[in-house]
Amino acid sequence: MHGWTGKILRIDLSTGKIGTEALKTDLARDYIGARGLGTKYMYDEVDPAVDPLSPANKLIFASGPMTGTFAPSAGRYDVVTKGPLTGTIAASNSGGAWGPELKYAGYDMLILEGRSPKPVYLWIQDDKVEIRDAAHLWGKDVPETTEALNAETATDAKIACIGPAGENLSFIASIMNDMQRAAGRTGVGAVMGSKNLKAVVVRGTGAVTVADKAAFLAAVSKASTMIKEHPVGGTGLRLYGTNVLVNILNSVGGLPTGNFQDGHFETADKVGGETLAANQLQRPKGCFSCIISCGRATKVSHPKYKGEGEGPEYETAWGFGPDCRIDNLDAVIKANYYCNEYGLDTISMGGTVACAMELFDRGIITLEDTEGLELTFGNADAMVEAVRLAGIGQGFGKKLALGSYRLASLYGHPELSMTVKKQEMPAYDPRAVQGIGLNYATNNRGGCHVRGYTISPEVLGVPVKVDKDSIDGKAELVALFQNLTAALDSSGSCLFATFGIGAPEFAELMTALTGFAYTGDSFIEAGERIWNLERLWNLKAGLTAADDTLPPRLLSEPIVTGPSKGAVSRLPEMLPLYYGVRGWDANGVPTPEKLSALALA
Amino acid sequence: MSMMLMIHPDKCTGCRNCELACSMEHEGDFRPKASRIHVYTWEREGFSVPMMCQQCKDAACTTVCMPKAMHRNPANGQVELDQSKCIGCKMCVQACPFGCASWDFLGSQILKCDTCGGDPACATICPTHALEWVEDTVSAQARKRSFATKLKNAFAEV
Repeated sequence: MHGWTGKILRIDLSTGKIGTEALKTDLARDYIGARGLGTKYMYDEVDPAVDPLSPANKLIFASGPMTGTFAPSAGRYDVVTKGPLTGTIAASNSGGAWGPELKYAGYDMLILEGRSPKPVYLWIQDDKVEIRDAAHLWGKDVPETTEALNAETATDAKIACIGPAGENLSFIASIMNDMQRAAGRTGVGAVMGSKNLKAVVVRGTGAVTVADKAAFLAAVSKASTMIKEHPVGGTGLRLYGTNVLVNILNSVGGLPTGNFQDGHFETADKVGGETLAANQLQRPKGCFSCIISCGRATKVSHPKYKGEGEGPEYETAWGFGPDCRIDNLDAVIKANYYCNEYGLDTISMGGTVACAMELFDRGIITLEDTEGLELTFGNADAMVEAVRLAGIGQGFGKKLALGSYRLASLYGHPELSMTVKKQEMPAYDPRAVQGIGLNYATNNRGGCHVRGYTISPEVLGVPVKVDKDSIDGKAELVALFQNLTAALDSSGSCLFATFGIGAPEFAELMTALTGFAYTGDSFIEAGERIWNLERLWNLKAGLTAADDTLPPRLLSEPIVTGPSKGAVSRLPEMLPLYYGVRGWDANGVPTPEKLSALALA
Repeated sequence: MSMMLMIHPDKCTGCRNCELACSMEHEGDFRPKASRIHVYTWEREGFSVPMMCQQCKDAACTTVCMPKAMHRNPANGQVELDQSKCIGCKMCVQACPFGCASWDFLGSQILKCDTCGGDPACATICPTHALEWVEDTVSAQARKRSFATKLKNAFAEV
């Protein structure tokens, strides 16, 4: 095979059995890789009703066919499992160099089963695979773990690990690779913790091969040029990172503020990408094979928030900033560092602190509940301390580590959790931008922006400008973006490559690389197949159309200030249209005709 | 005057496209372990440094090479490896002070930058111009000027 290595590594952590098997070629073609292929294996092997933290759940690390090649910005992998935060199928996507290293070691996917009786880590060197004791690493944070493992394995080995949050089974725990990159969402870190698996260390000496070298080089050259010439992909993201969006979203009144009580924050610029570039930014960083370099190597010298590391992304800056009514960028970055070090998802953590602040503000929780934390909106010190406590699982942090839905429910107010399917929504207000609200509500892993990023057309005007306040055509737009993203995620590409290229270019790259003929349409159809399979999994897991909704606040409480003052989400009007576009019945269940057309019947 | 590969670590993002381009150019597939250039990243600081053959004038690898497979080409100033003469003794690997000659155990060959015959693929692909293929005289001046600018900025602030 070309693109794919053609081999899967399967390890039963309960028994220590290690084996390899051939990748099924037809599945690879139809489900591509990473998110899609991992989901297909989960669907075929695991009961969707499984308890996510039980040994019966599986944890799949899956790269894509483009991972490890120099297709522009395409070095990613997915962690696929049942997510404990949402109860949905989870695929959490990360960059860095870990995914490519798995390919060089010879594997498209690593499937982990069971539960180790004691803390262990995996040391994979090509064909040589060891399960090693990790007692000395348990309790260590991510940078400590990474450095210790590089010292005892190989300096050029790539490491994916959990921090204390994953060990403590926090529902918002991430898996971190290359110290700074996160498979953040849906609580995948807790699944790894539940298996007593501290880390997966990989070093590979093999190759990823190409079916048609000349055609691949031509396709890469074309795609790279298109990205480099794009104002966002070629310039904007390198200069200011994703955090350039703070001012853009604020300017249209779509910057959720104070736990989504408002959509505009007066001093937002203080935590924006321009301010970051002028102060804490050391230099841009790129993931493996990236030509965009949106990563931010940063350093904070303020004595109280001192540190260095990577971040913040826009959603992180928003979560610890405007959503908590905080405009201290040093504090925001410190909270980001804690998340990276302890292994927490920054979006869910930010949303959870914001929720706790509203609970505190309304007197639903008191200083007694928070064990002395003055969680008022705008209190930067309390926010940073809350994140630290959640990371190490102490004091009130134990409750914060559950995520906002479970936290707010503990005190009888789940409606104050700004979540969809129990996962915190990111930094785009569905009242100000209608399409993104429909995407949140219907997203297969709950509140998530990256799997149907309609912000591109609705706010940025990429590839064409669409009226953000209108609901016309939004059902079609959301479904198309969801399908395309499912396919490109599965290829190993970064979403940001779409700031330059689209389905025809992805198809060219895939065809030249793998030797299977893809067209723009068939690539998007593969994405639609993956989306429907995820939907089928979720329905079997017990989710229903009732879960395709937004927090009541967004449907009934208008934005108070700013350019989008007065707006609410018109989700109830859009949802039936979306089901229709999808070929699903009124209950959101894919029809037999649709499943048959996608070869899913 | 010769050409040289100029490294600007301050511009390097750690993306390793150079390794991939090198591997594709020489081996026809993507195998970073067979690349002649490697990027080292310090994740805590987010700093990366690309390392490749410096084409030394007085090159240790040529001195220790018994069959004279590793030799200096006076025409272009580059240190070249004649694979047909190489006996695989790996003395160059041990002698290079930069660690930029290495042994590929899979391909049973010495890996050393050959500047792709005067058009290095690594410099072509580098998205941030952290690697540049430039005339050695001019490059030295450009480097000096860029550091001078930093010094000026530092002193101007005092």
